[in-house]
Order: sequence, then C-alpha cells, then structure tokens
Amino acid sequence: MKFSVAAFLSGLIFGLGLILSGMANPEKVLGFLDLAGLWDPSLAFVMGGAILVGLVAFTVARKRTLSFLGFNMKLPASTHIDSRLVVGSLMFGVGWGIAGFCPGPGLVALGAGELKAVVFVSSMVAGMGVYEWIERKRSAA
Amino acid sequence: MVDIAWSEFTPWTALAGGILIGLAAASFVLLNGRIAGISGILGGLLTPSTGDIGWRVAFMAGLIGAPLLWILAADMPPINVEAGYPALIVAGLLVGIGTRYGSGCTSGHGVCGLSRLSPRSLVATLTFMATGFVTVFLIRHALGV
Repeated sequence: MKFSVAAFLSGLIFGLGLILSGMANPEKVLGFLDLAGLWDPSLAFVMGGAILVGLVAFTVARKRTLSFLGFNMKLPASTHIDSRLVVGSLMFGVGWGIAGFCPGPGLVALGAGELKAVVFVSSMVAGMGVYEWIERKRSAA
Repeated sequence: MVDIAWSEFTPWTALAGGILIGLAAASFVLLNGRIAGISGILGGLLTPSTGDIGWRVAFMAGLIGAPLLWILAADMPPINVEAGYPALIVAGLLVGIGTRYGSGCTSGHGVCGLSRLSPRSLVATLTFMATGFVTVFLIRHALGV
C-alpha cells in the first residue's frame, strides 16, 4: 500500500512537471526538435533541471540497498549496448518526431482530455502489445 | 546558424518543470527504489504478475490525473497536436514498439539513465534525439509536409 501511494505521488509530480515545463504540448516539443526552423531551446532546460536533481538523487540511491521506505533498490544492472537498444531507440525517435509525443506527455495529454492523445496512447499500447507478442513467439520458437 | 524562436522560449517554466520531473524521479527511486521510466511502468501492465500491478496503476493514475489537479489551481496550458490521426497511429506504434525494444524512453533513459551516468542510456538518448531531429527535419523541410 505504502509502495503504491508513493508511486501515485511520484506519477502526479511527474505529470505536473510535464505540464509546467511545456513538454505536454507537442507543438513545443517539435519546436525543440526543429533545428532548421525557428528553434525553441526550452526543452534543453527541462532535461537540465531534471538531471540536476536526478544526479543528486541517484548518487544517494546508488549507495543504498534499501529505499527510505524499506523496499529493495531495483536499479538496472545491464551495461550491454546491443542492437535492441539502438534499433528500439531509433524507432522511438522517429515516432517522437512524427507526433511530438513521448510516452509521459502522451498520457498527461490524455488525462487533459485531448482526443488526439487518446489515439496516440491507444496506438502506443498496441505497439507495446505487438512487442510482447513478438517476444513470446520468439521465445516459443 | 540556428535561429532561436525567442518568442517561444520559456527557460524559467522549462527549468522549474524539469526540476519537478527530477523530484518525481528522485522520490520514486529514494522511496520506492525504482526507475521512473514511463514506458517500462506502462509496458509492465501488459504482462501482469501478482503484486506487480497496483503500483503501476497508481503511478499511471497520478500521471494521468495531473491535469485534473492542475486545473484546480490554474488554466491548463495549450496542447496543440499538429499531426493528423493516421500519423498519430503510426507514431504511437513506433513509440510503443521502440521504447520496449530499447528498454526506455525520455524518462527512463533521458532523465533517470543520464542521472545515473549509464552508458546504455546515453547511447539510447543520443539515438532517439538524433532520429527525432532527423524526422522533424524530413517532415518539415525536406518533404515540406
């Protein structure tokens, strides 16, 4: 229960940050990704602000085996750079560039009642389903 | 040279919003011991296992509920989506499949991964940023759509 309440609060703060920063607006995101047009550098400040806080938090987290609520630390252990990582990220970037939505902002815009975000998120979840289906077929073969 | 869109440039709200996102990632790792990666948290719901569902739903509820809390205090900023429905469907599929294969998106790799100084996340972030820039260039300038 404690775990879920903390997760809810983290999600909520995350969403408020996305709204305040402008990232929930695809027009703003595309303004950042459009280097050849009139470039809006704002999103670099979003990343900068987030990483500034993140650096401190993860420095603390890395030294602990239990979280402050007493849960096991589950940080990714993999350091292997493989084709899955690169090809997956390539695909993600293309989709991000087409829509101006990445997963978080898509979900926030959905919460704001934006119909286009409903379509994007539905398709994104379908894509995740396609991934699971391919992985299952592969492991069964 | 790059022309800056000064009228669109919002460094202070961007920075403040970024700090809030950082605080969310910080609270999630320090309280829950997990990476606040949106695509991973959502994607995990497609292969649910016992005891692993509630917190994912809770995180998603917070994220999706954020606009509801926001409008209690202020007007919701505009959300302008230029892409049409067919493009949004293609984009959604690419983002869904791509983030699962690549094990993360802007939050998991971009915010948390770079904060952990993870080489994997650096490669992922540089890759999706690069294809994001190229895609927008192709759509807006090369193809002129």
